[in-house]
Amino acid sequence: MTRYPGYDVLAKRDTPSWDEATRRVVDARLAGPAARPVLEERDYRTLAALCDAVVPQPDRAEPIPVAPVVEAAIAEDRTTGTRFEGLPTMREAWGRGLAALEAEARLRHGTAFADLTPETREALLHAVDAEEVEAPEWDGLAPRRLFRDVMADEILRVYFAHPAAWSEIGFGGPASPRGYVRLGAGRRDAWEAPFAPPPDGGER
Amino acid sequence: MSRPLGTLDPSAETAPRAAGGRAPDVFSREGWVPMRCFRDEDEVDFAVIGTGAGGGVLAARLAEAGFSVVALDAGPFWRPLADFASDEREQDKLYWSEERLSTGGDPLQFGSNNSGRAVGGSTVHFQMVTLRFRPEWFRARSDLGYARDWPVDPDAMWRYYAEVEAELGIAGPVRYPWGPRRGRYPYRPHEVNAAGHVLARGAEAVGIDWSPTPLATVSAPRGKAPPCVYRGFCKIGCSTNAKQSVLNTFIPRALAAGAEVRDLAMVGRIETDRTGRATGLHYHRGGRWRFQRARAVAVAGYSIETPRLLLNSAGPAHPDGIANAEGLVGRHLMPHVNDAVWGVMDEEIRWYKGPPSMAVSEHWNYTDDHPSKDFPGGYAFMSQGPMPADFATSLVSNTGMFGQALRNRMALYNNMAGLKSVGEVLPDPDNRVELAEERDALGLPLARVTFSYGEEDRALSRHARAFQREVLEAAGARDLFETTGTAHLMGGCAMGATPSEGVVDGDGRAWSCPNLWVCDGSAMPTGGGVNPALTIMANAARIADTIIAERAPDRRG
Repeated sequence: MTRYPGYDVLAKRDTPSWDEATRRVVDARLAGPAARPVLEERDYRTLAALCDAVVPQPDRAEPIPVAPVVEAAIAEDRTTGTRFEGLPTMREAWGRGLAALEAEARLRHGTAFADLTPETREALLHAVDAEEVEAPEWDGLAPRRLFRDVMADEILRVYFAHPAAWSEIGFGGPASPRGYVRLGAGRRDAWEAPFAPPPDGGER
Repeated sequence: MSRPLGTLDPSAETAPRAAGGRAPDVFSREGWVPMRCFRDEDEVDFAVIGTGAGGGVLAARLAEAGFSVVALDAGPFWRPLADFASDEREQDKLYWSEERLSTGGDPLQFGSNNSGRAVGGSTVHFQMVTLRFRPEWFRARSDLGYARDWPVDPDAMWRYYAEVEAELGIAGPVRYPWGPRRGRYPYRPHEVNAAGHVLARGAEAVGIDWSPTPLATVSAPRGKAPPCVYRGFCKIGCSTNAKQSVLNTFIPRALAAGAEVRDLAMVGRIETDRTGRATGLHYHRGGRWRFQRARAVAVAGYSIETPRLLLNSAGPAHPDGIANAEGLVGRHLMPHVNDAVWGVMDEEIRWYKGPPSMAVSEHWNYTDDHPSKDFPGGYAFMSQGPMPADFATSLVSNTGMFGQALRNRMALYNNMAGLKSVGEVLPDPDNRVELAEERDALGLPLARVTFSYGEEDRALSRHARAFQREVLEAAGARDLFETTGTAHLMGGCAMGATPSEGVVDGDGRAWSCPNLWVCDGSAMPTGGGVNPALTIMANAARIADTIIAERAPDRRG
């Protein structure tokens, strides 16, 4: 589904577009997080299903690993600097939030969140985002805040930290020390992705 | 205390680097520069808390004038060449990630867009946009009829702008379209990228001025700094040193002049004596609490940490917190309206190349009489170049978009263009920083921050979104959508002409504590419609010179 087939940011790894610091960071990421399981099996299944709903990857033979990295972030209590009113600390928000998603799925559909069809799962998350929730587990959790600014936020940060996601959207990726020369519209350096066909829906 | 967020050198986030007579050489990968060191029991002339746009400039100027200076920062002392990766997630280590409690009608988001936790402060990751205040804003109440005046001479600020621009080697246009004449910028302007040309095309189509943005990244070699290579990761830290941050400009100057810089030094409380004078500060470093004696203290922790520290520094003569006799500490906190409009272009823009905001229009900062202008103050707007994760998260946060829809939208990343405002928010005493009951790992009360927009702010935000939409459409964008948000912080310990109008006077000195200064964005009485870094620096340079002119930091009182 990428508009940039054949473009692979990693092909630049050993060129002047990557410096040693970046190589170390990205190599470590591709090796995967050190195993630090903190979630119960049921919560992890909910997390994995949530990641799949926020960034579905049916097109990828080898999906970008998201849930294990999010779990590692929960384990290290990685915070963003903001705790909005109506939310507990980051780690507690994740734990209670996953439990609330599971409870909501069981209440509405009589099944685990992880066992919902992709369509039902997406509809349930839209309901959460609209704050139309019924399970008592949401008490003291602001559903939209939690979904957008804690859960989806972290999931997307993890997904777009992966080189495969950079390649997918034609992003130049790491660019130090070489940087870029051609800055104008419709211009590209030899070490950038070839141009994609124009986007659909071009009518004004 | 903070735990390592980065993977490159986690020890830099847990073990101080500047110690034992040396500090990191920021122009090297692993080198050092000599550093004069003071003992805790030495009564230094000035202890400066925070080393960003305010504290860094102040420390350098005071040290160069012969004062003994210890500057403390809660964050690490980075060497950009070795420590900064071209990677959004790694660079999360630059932000203040410890939680602030956020409440109010429009609760603020903290972290990347309004905090820094490093020697050099948030200038390590600022977008380098260095715009001057419109001169009339320093007399907003008297000349323009809204908000309040600064107790400073606008002409003096104008001179200090020029000084600081020279000290940073700002790259900017030969002729700037708005405001009083200014000299040439020290370095030639950068070539405007495609994202900037979208703004230019739209501005010309609707008949308003635009300009290449004056930027704090050099367009030619400067000292040990190489010219900018348009790598585009500026907002998460420059790995080449082309960016002129406080870390690689004023900090080396301060060290060379004999100041000591202490990294990973979190100040928890300022000590005052029975008469109300500051005697030194308690700081946590290397796993224990220490006390640095000082004849005078300057606080430059920015709009959250400065009020938090003053409020947590009650003493015999300061029962409600230091410098808080009038109950003003923490009040009048202001962000900027940061609303944006985005759209899809037929041609590939590839906004990841070059500094994120290479074109600007200050049209609405300098237009007072127009039928559509239904708000006081003003706003600038700029072209955009967000990194992938930054853009994706702003999509879900603003629109709730996720799943396949979000992947489809992100597939058009290279065809996107955007315009984002920096709009003035009026000072309101109810928007404030307070201490929460809850305490952090060091035992310090968390900051609780309350913020709500006022009606005028909402009018400005509506205007900015509608006008940016008009410009972006005129430039040829389609499928437009909007995001809202805030950027920057100002106020919290504002300067005022009298004790009932501000925490500190026009020279940054606390009205109710004669040897305590505030020298950062928290001292700003108003926020204006431009990015605050240059104003904070110019004001710090001015405050430093008033201190130097007196030559006796503790004479008053």
